[in-house]
Amino acid sequence: MRTLAEYLPEHPFFADLGPEAMELIVGCAQNVHFRDGELLFRAGEQADTFYVIRRGRVALDIHDPQRGTLVIASPGEGEVVGWSWLVPPYRWMFDARAATSVSAVALDGACLRGKCDRDPVLGYALMQRVAQVMLERLQDARLRLLDVYGSGS
Amino acid sequence: MSVQAPNPTSVDVRAPDPMLPRQFRIVETRLDTRDTVTLALDPVDGVRLEHRAGQFTMLHAFGVGEVPISICGDPTAPGPLLHTIRDVGAVTHALVTAAPGTTVGVRGPFGTGWEVADGMGGDVVIVTGGIGLAPLRPAILQVVSRRSEYGRVVLLYGARSPEDILFAEDMASWAADHDIVVEVTVDYGPPSWTGRVGLVTSLVARAGFDPLNSLALVCGPEVMMRYAATALVDRGVAAERIRLSMERNMKCGVGLCGHCQLREVFLCVDGPVLDYARLGPLMDIREL
Amino acid sequence: MPSGVVLDVQDLQVLVDSLHSRGYRVLGPTLREGALVLAEVRTLDDLPRGTGDTQAPGSYRTRDRGDEALFGFAATAQSAKPVLFPPDELLWTGTRTDPADVTAQQTRDAGTVALLGIRGCDLAAIGIQDTILAGRAAIDVHYAERRSAAFLIAVTCGTPAGTCFCASMGTGPKPGAGADLTLTELIDDAGHRFLVEPGTPEGAEVLADVPGAQAMAADLAAAAAVVSDATAAMGRHLPTDGLRDLLYASAESPHWDDVAERCLACTNCTAVCPTCFCTSVEDVSDLSGDVDERHRVWDSCFSMEYSRLHGGAVRTSTGARYRQWVTHKLASWTDQFGMSGCVGCGRCITWCPAAIDLTAEVGALRDEAAHRGAEPRAAGDGPDPRLLAIPTPPEL
Repeated sequence: MRTLAEYLPEHPFFADLGPEAMELIVGCAQNVHFRDGELLFRAGEQADTFYVIRRGRVALDIHDPQRGTLVIASPGEGEVVGWSWLVPPYRWMFDARAATSVSAVALDGACLRGKCDRDPVLGYALMQRVAQVMLERLQDARLRLLDVYGSGS
Repeated sequence: MSVQAPNPTSVDVRAPDPMLPRQFRIVETRLDTRDTVTLALDPVDGVRLEHRAGQFTMLHAFGVGEVPISICGDPTAPGPLLHTIRDVGAVTHALVTAAPGTTVGVRGPFGTGWEVADGMGGDVVIVTGGIGLAPLRPAILQVVSRRSEYGRVVLLYGARSPEDILFAEDMASWAADHDIVVEVTVDYGPPSWTGRVGLVTSLVARAGFDPLNSLALVCGPEVMMRYAATALVDRGVAAERIRLSMERNMKCGVGLCGHCQLREVFLCVDGPVLDYARLGPLMDIREL
Repeated sequence: MPSGVVLDVQDLQVLVDSLHSRGYRVLGPTLREGALVLAEVRTLDDLPRGTGDTQAPGSYRTRDRGDEALFGFAATAQSAKPVLFPPDELLWTGTRTDPADVTAQQTRDAGTVALLGIRGCDLAAIGIQDTILAGRAAIDVHYAERRSAAFLIAVTCGTPAGTCFCASMGTGPKPGAGADLTLTELIDDAGHRFLVEPGTPEGAEVLADVPGAQAMAADLAAAAAVVSDATAAMGRHLPTDGLRDLLYASAESPHWDDVAERCLACTNCTAVCPTCFCTSVEDVSDLSGDVDERHRVWDSCFSMEYSRLHGGAVRTSTGARYRQWVTHKLASWTDQFGMSGCVGCGRCITWCPAAIDLTAEVGALRDEAAHRGAEPRAAGDGPDPRLLAIPTPPEL
C-alpha cells in the first residue's frame, strides 16, 4: 500500500510538478473511499474539495424534471473531479455520485488555495493543469452539443 | 491542350447496364435500436454478391427509390447479405418497415474498401460512432478471423445514449473472446449507466496503441470523423495511415450522376474509404 | 480517307435526302420564335437562311445578315446534348405482382439521328461526354447506344458570337476530329458552296452519294480564311494556363461571395452547357403501386437538393454552389477526365439572367490571387480545426 506522497506524483494530473510542489500538495491531501451510489457532493453546496480518482468512476448528474436525471460526464481512473474549488463563488454546479465503488484522494480546497496565494509558482502550475482539464471537457461538451448522432445527422 | 474527339467505335453498346438492379428477398429483419434495423437478403437468382469490407450497395424499395447502404456482414462467410439501415427518410423507412419475403433491388457492390489487412503486423485502432459501426463491422470480422496477425486492436465507439448502442452483443464478444479492447461512451446516460460519458474522440488520447505502427479506421458523422482524425494525428499517427469513410448524396453509385463529388473525388468510385492525407485538406474547406 | 469535295449549296439537299433514305432523322438549326434551335430538317428551306445572332451576357437576339448563308451564326440556344442525352430518360420499368415478385424490363430507345451543323465546340463536348458517359468503368448504356447510332455533320464557324471563346479552349472555330462529315460554308465570287471533308468511313460512304467536285486549292484557301477570320473575331478569351491550380487555390476567395450576390442559382447555365452531365434518378409509380418506372433526369449542382444529406444540404450558400460549378468545370474535371470541361461555347454567359460571365469571373479570381501574394494559398491552408472554435451547427 503506497503512501500519498508516493502515489500522487504518478497521477497524470500532477505529472512533472516537481518534488517541492508535490510536498506542498500532499500536505492538503487525504485518502477517501465511496461506496457505489454514495454522493460525493450536491449541486449548490460549498465547493471546497478537489478529487483525484484512483479507482472507479464518478458520475456527474443533472436533473431535468421532464427527462429525469442525466449523467453528463463520468471521470474515472486517472482523472479528476471538480474545479469549482479554485474559482469563486466556490460552489458545485452538478451532483457527483460514485457510479462504482471509488477510491480517491481528496485535496482540501481552502488549504490548496492558501498555498497557491503564498506560492504563485505553485499556483500557476496548478492553474495550467486545471485549464487543460477544462479545455478538454469544454471541447467535448461543445461537440456533444451538436448531437451528431441525432436523427438530423 | 488536348481535345477528346468522339469515337463511336470505342463505345461498347453491349456493356452491362449498371442502373439495372438485381432482385434480393428479405429473409430476416432484426431490430437493432429504436430506429435501426439489419436486413438479411438472399439473391433471387441464387448468385451470391461478392464484396469487400467497406463497400456499399444501392438498395431499392419498389416504387419509392434507392439509397446507398454499407454492407455490414462478413465478406468471407456464407449466408445472407447484411445491411444495417436507419430510418431517416422515405426510402429507408420503406426498407426498415418491409416485411420478410419482400423483394428489394440491389445494385453493387460499389466503392473502395477498408483493406484492413494493410494493418497486419501492427496495431489497429477503430474510432466510430452511431451507425458508423456498421460499415466497419466487416473489417472487424476480418481482423477477428486472422487475429494473431494483428497486434493490439482497439475499438472506440460512441453513441448518443445507451439505448442507441449498436451491435452491443458483437462488441461484448469481441472484447471477451477475441482480445479486442472495446471502449464505449455515450453523449449522456440515465443514472443506471456506469460507463463513460463523453464524445468518442476524447478516448483517442489515452487509448492503448502504438501510433507509429498502427492503421486507424474511422467512420461516423463527419464532425466526429474530423475531430477523431485530428486526435489521431496529435497522437502521432501518420495521416496516410488514417482511413475515413465519407458520405455525400448519391444517386447512381457508379460515377455517372455527379452527386457524390468532393472536389475531384467521386466518393462512389474513388471512395468512400479514403486516407486522411488526401481528405484532410478537402474537409477543411467549408461547403465543398 | 478521301479528300474534301466541294458541293453547290443546293446539293446539300442531296446529302439530307441520302441520310433520310438511310433511315436517319435529320436534326439541324432552325429558327423558332426568335431563337435558333435544333429541330427536324427536311429541306434546305428549314435552315435559317440569312440569319445571324447577336450574343452578349444575358442577351440573345437573331438578326438579318443580309446574305444567303445557311450557317451564319454561332452557338444555337441548345447544344446537341438534349438529343443524345435527353433531360428525361426512361431506364427501366419494374412490375410487381406481389411484394415478393419483381421484374425489371430495360427500355432502349436509340433511334437513328443525323445531327447537321454541329459547331466545333459542341463536337468537342460530344467527345467529352463520350469519355464521361461511355468511356469509363460504368457505361450509360442508353447514351452509348444513341451516340453510336448518331451521324454527325460538323460545320466550321464563320461568324463567332460575342460570347464565344472556343479558340481559347482549343475546340474551334474549325471542328476537331470525330465528325462523320465536316462542312465549311463558302460564299464568294466562286459561288455559294460547301467544302465537305469526310472524317469517318461512314461519312465517306454518305459523301459518295452526293454530286461534288474535287476541292481545288482556292477552295481550301477560302476555307482556311474562314477559320483564321473567325479566330480573329472571337468574342472572348479565357487564358487557360494554371487554371486548375488557380481555382483549387481560390477555394476560400471572397470573390465567391461577390458572385453569390448576383447569381440566382437558376440552373440555366447547367442546362445549356453541352458538357454538364449531372443527373438524378427518380422512381415513378402509378396508383396501383405495381409499376415502377426508373427515370434518369437532368440535375444541377446549383439546386439545394443536389447536395442534400439527411441532415441538410452540404452546399447551402449560393457562393459555394457557384464555386462548385466553376471549379468542377475548369479544374477538377481535368483531374477526373483528362481534359477541361469547358468548350468555350459561351452559352452559360448568353443565357444567364444575371449576365454573369464565366471568363470575367475567372479573370477576377486571377486578379485576386495576384493581389493576395506571390504564392496562392494551397487548398489545405484552412482554419486549424484544433483551435477552440465553436463548430458550425448543422442545418435543422
